[in-house]
Amino acid sequence: MNECSIKVLGMGCKSCHDQHANVIDALANMNLAADVEYVTDPQRIMGYGAMSMPAIVVNEKVVSMGKVLKPDDVTKLLEKLGY
Amino acid sequence: MWTFIQDQILGMKWLNVLIQNLLAVIGIDTSSKIGGSITFFIYDVIKISVLLCVLIFVISYIQSFFPPERSKRILGRFHGIGANLISALLGTVTPFCSCSSIPLFMGFTSAGLPLGVTFSFLISSPMVDLGSLVLLMSIFGVKVAIVYVVLGLVIAVVGGSIIEKLHLENQVEGFIRNASSVEIDTPSLTQKERLIYAKDQVVETFKKVILYILVGVAIGAIIHNWIPESWVINVLGNRNPLGVVLATVVGVPMYADIFGTIPIAESLLGKGAQLGTVLSFMMAVTTLSLPSMIMLKKAIKPKLLGVFIAICVIGIVLVGYLFNVIQFILL
Repeated sequence: MNECSIKVLGMGCKSCHDQHANVIDALANMNLAADVEYVTDPQRIMGYGAMSMPAIVVNEKVVSMGKVLKPDDVTKLLEKLGY
Repeated sequence: MWTFIQDQILGMKWLNVLIQNLLAVIGIDTSSKIGGSITFFIYDVIKISVLLCVLIFVISYIQSFFPPERSKRILGRFHGIGANLISALLGTVTPFCSCSSIPLFMGFTSAGLPLGVTFSFLISSPMVDLGSLVLLMSIFGVKVAIVYVVLGLVIAVVGGSIIEKLHLENQVEGFIRNASSVEIDTPSLTQKERLIYAKDQVVETFKKVILYILVGVAIGAIIHNWIPESWVINVLGNRNPLGVVLATVVGVPMYADIFGTIPIAESLLGKGAQLGTVLSFMMAVTTLSLPSMIMLKKAIKPKLLGVFIAICVIGIVLVGYLFNVIQFILL
């Protein structure tokens, strides 16, 4: 199993907070240990090129943006990425 | 034929009759003030909720084709006033919430789009959207809706162009000007994913705005049955030349969804307020609000923020007076 680092990008609105919580829930359900960071710094957000919030970044790659994924959807996404 | 669509499908007149009959069965006199308020409340809550769900579904489906990343690429191909116009149009179909405004701002700027083009987008996006077009059609008729949308786009294009001409680029915070452009692929969605996205948006939006709708309709029901017509005419009708200015100034700091302002606008109009006055209130509430200004303040300096607010306010007031002048043609 390779390293997994996850970042949730958002400017602090409700949807972005929900997304952060959903990612943590999904990881708990999957029994997967990963770093989850909530990034609100506009400059760092821009570095990923995502323009619609919230966005999810896995291993420095944007994998979801502009919508709030539910825990199940986060799990599916991570499984698709091989976790 | 069009009248039928207007009254029965978009306006749901049949629902009003049904509710009146049902209330009559349980012994409520719908011609009394209280009965009238109850009818208005039930009718408007159901009507607006149904319209909201159908509209958000269709709109989200269309929006799923225009993520901001794609709008950015499309805009890069246009120049001059054409870019402002396309930007204003894309603003109406790009899904966008206030907390995305800064990333969007930075994305546009770093892609080399002129400041004025970005502002055309930022003005049109909250002011005119597909939802307001259909909602206005259902309540004020198709002519008012089309004129509203066209004038909203004019404000966005002219406002963006003015900001361009004023050369306020130095008013944008450094971290935005210096952001480097990053291109990322927008995931291509399948038909099924778009439909699921649209359904999720309906649920999310409904949860978010139901409170605004209930409050808006409750205020509407009170105006509809309890506020004397002479008050409304004196303050917002043709006896008060400053009605438009008043409506705009009151509306600016308020934050509500267009779905919440519609019932208030509808009942004020029924009480003799002028069309332009009511529409400028709606535009002011939806376009400018304290939360969005606080967000924007992080990205632009006070002078540009002031210019942005001034352009929106002046535009909305002008549109209000124009509607008051041409009201008799439209209604």
